[in-house]
Amino acid sequence: MIKTDNRISQLFERHEGSEKIMSLFLTAGYPDPEATVDLILGFEDNGVDMVELGMPFSDPLADGPTIQYSSNKAIEQGITMAKIMEIVERVREKSDIPIILMGYINPVLRYGVERFCQDAAKAGVDGLIIPDIPIEESGILSDQAEKNGLPIIYLVAPNTSDERMRKIDKASQGFVYCVSVTGVTGAREGDEVAQSVQRFIERVKANVTHNPKMVGFGIKSHEDAQRIAADMDGFIVGSALIDTIREHYPEQGWKDEVFAFVRDLKYGKR
Amino acid sequence: MKYDLPTKEGYFGDFGGRFVPEILIPVLEELEEAYNEAWADDTFREQFHHLLEEYVGRPTKLTYANRLTDHYGKAKIYLKREDLCHTGAHKINNAIGQILLAQRMGKDRIIAETGAGQHGVATATACAKFGVDCIVYMGAEDMERQKLNVERMRLLGTEVRPVTSGSQTLKDATNEAIRDWVTNVEDTFYIIGSVVGPHPYPKMVRNFHRVIGDETRRQLQEAEGRETPDHLLACVGGGSNAMGIFYPFIEDESVKMYGLEAAGLGADTDETAATLTIGQPGVLHGSMSYLLHNSEGQIQLAHSISAGLDYPGIGPEHSYLHDSKRVNYISITDDQAMEGVKLLSETEGIIPALETAHAVAYLDELMPKTSKDEIVVLNCSGRGDKDMGTISKNIDH
Repeated sequence: MIKTDNRISQLFERHEGSEKIMSLFLTAGYPDPEATVDLILGFEDNGVDMVELGMPFSDPLADGPTIQYSSNKAIEQGITMAKIMEIVERVREKSDIPIILMGYINPVLRYGVERFCQDAAKAGVDGLIIPDIPIEESGILSDQAEKNGLPIIYLVAPNTSDERMRKIDKASQGFVYCVSVTGVTGAREGDEVAQSVQRFIERVKANVTHNPKMVGFGIKSHEDAQRIAADMDGFIVGSALIDTIREHYPEQGWKDEVFAFVRDLKYGKR
Repeated sequence: MKYDLPTKEGYFGDFGGRFVPEILIPVLEELEEAYNEAWADDTFREQFHHLLEEYVGRPTKLTYANRLTDHYGKAKIYLKREDLCHTGAHKINNAIGQILLAQRMGKDRIIAETGAGQHGVATATACAKFGVDCIVYMGAEDMERQKLNVERMRLLGTEVRPVTSGSQTLKDATNEAIRDWVTNVEDTFYIIGSVVGPHPYPKMVRNFHRVIGDETRRQLQEAEGRETPDHLLACVGGGSNAMGIFYPFIEDESVKMYGLEAAGLGADTDETAATLTIGQPGVLHGSMSYLLHNSEGQIQLAHSISAGLDYPGIGPEHSYLHDSKRVNYISITDDQAMEGVKLLSETEGIIPALETAHAVAYLDELMPKTSKDEIVVLNCSGRGDKDMGTISKNIDH
C-alpha cells in the first residue's frame, strides 16, 4: 500500500475543484545538471504540481526525437545515476514538490535495484515510472520499491483491453498514467490526438477506478490539455517543454521564457 | 536432459521476458497466440516447408570438407551449407516464416531492421515474393558501408529508411523499427532478424531456423550412420544461425557446442562485440540478456570486422546456454576471422561470409584436440560475396 505521507497521494488528496493537476517531464541533466535543479524549483512557483524526472538512456525506444535529443545531450554532458540522486536531494532542500523518477530499466538494473530504491527514497523521490516494465515483469523491481516506500506507477494505452486496464489499476500506486495515443512520445497536432482519444477516455473512466488518472503523450498547449484531460485528474507534458527549453537555451532570460510557457500551459494565455 | 525452454512467460532461466512499453503487450500477446496456432497447424508447416524447398532451395547440403579435414589430419569436418540458400545466407528461413505468419494475421505492412543488410535483403526478398509493402530501417552509417545491399533492397521494391539517431548502426535501426511499430501497431508486422527481442521472438525465430539442425541430423545419419556429431560450431552475433543448428542437438549431451562471437580488435579492447565474454546482464530491445554497457547502463558501441556480428547484445537463449555451460562461447578477433576466410577459400573453394569465418577460425584451436574417429560440423551460415570489399581491404596476399 502507498504510504499516506507520500507526496503524490497527498497531492491528489489535497486537490479539489476543476483545475487540472499538471505534471511536467524533464530530462535530468538537460540542458545541464545545475539548470535542472533551478527549473524544478521555478516550476513550483509557476503552477507545476508534480515533476517526472527522466533518467536518460542511450536507447530510448519509446521516445520521439525530442526526448532522444535531450537524453543524448544529458549523457554527453556526463549525467550519472548518482548525479540524478543529487539533483533530487538539492531540490528537496528547498521544495516539497512530488518528484517521480522516470526511465528505462537498464540503467536502474546496472546501478542495482536495491541500491537504486534505497538511494531514491533517501534523496526524496516519491515514485517510479519505468515504461519498459509492464506488470508481468514487475517482480524485478516491486519488492525493493515496496520496501523503500516507492510507489510504481503503471501505464495504460489505447490498445489496452478493459480487463487489462483493471489489472493495471490494481497494480499501480499513486496514479495511472494514461497514454492517449499509440506511438512514441512527442508533441502532436491537436486533431491527431482528438480523433480516437474520446473512446479511450471513456474506457479508462470505466476501468480505472482505484487510482487518480493522469493523461499524457502529445499534449502541447493549455487548450489540448483542457480538452484531453477534461475527464481526468490531470495531464502530463514532456516533449513540448523540452522543445521550449531547446528553443531558448542558453540565450539571456531563457528560464523566464520556459516559465512563461509553463504558466500558459496551466492557466492559458492571459 | 529434457529441454523445453522458454517458459510460458518467455524465460530461458533468468533471460528473455517481455520488457516493452504497454502498447506492445497486446501486440505481442496476439503474435504469440497466432504463432502457437500456426506452428501447430499442419497446413502452415507444409506451406512453410514447401517454400523452403521450392524457393529457398532447401535442404541445403552437408558437404564433407575433405581438404580442410586433411589440413588438420584429425576429426572429419562437415560444412552445413547455409551459404547455398537463396540470398546467400540462412536469414531467409526466418523471413519466409514470419511473412507467412504476417499473412495469416492479416497484417499487410512489413517493417524490419538491418545492420549489414542481410536480414534486410532476406525480408525484402520475401516481401517481393508475396507482393507486400516493406520498409527496412538501416543506420545511415551502415548504408554507407553496405551500399550494395541497399541497392539490392531497393531493386526488390523495398523502401530503405536511413536512421540518423544514436550511433547510426544496427541497435539504432532496431530502436527506430520499434518506434515505427508502436506507432502503427494495428496493421504492421515487425520481422525481427535474429533470436533477440521480446517474447515470443527468440523462440519463434529459433524455430523457423531449426530446420538447419534437423536437416543436419538426417544428413549425418545418411553420410556417417550416426545422427550426432562430436563437435558443433557456429558464429554468434544475435545468434540465429547458431540457435538453428544447436537447438535440435541440445538434449544430446555427447555433442559439444561452440558459439564463436566477435572479439573485434580483442575482447580486452573497447573495439569489440564479445558480449558473452565481457558483457553484463541487462535489458535491451525488449529482453534480458548479456549486453555491452558501461557502469551507468548506457549501451556501448560494438565493433567487429563483420557487420552481422556488430551488435552489443545477444539472444537471451544464448545467455542461458552460456550460464548453464551447455555451449562454450569463445571470442575470435578480426585478424583470426580473416585467416578463416583464407583457409576455407583455399582448401574448399568456398568463400565464407566474415561472420561464418569466425567459426572457421576456431578450428585452429579445436582440431588439434580432436581425434580421427570424431566428427565436426560447422554451420557455414553465409557466403562471402557481400564482404569482398572488406576482405580485399584487409587481406595480405
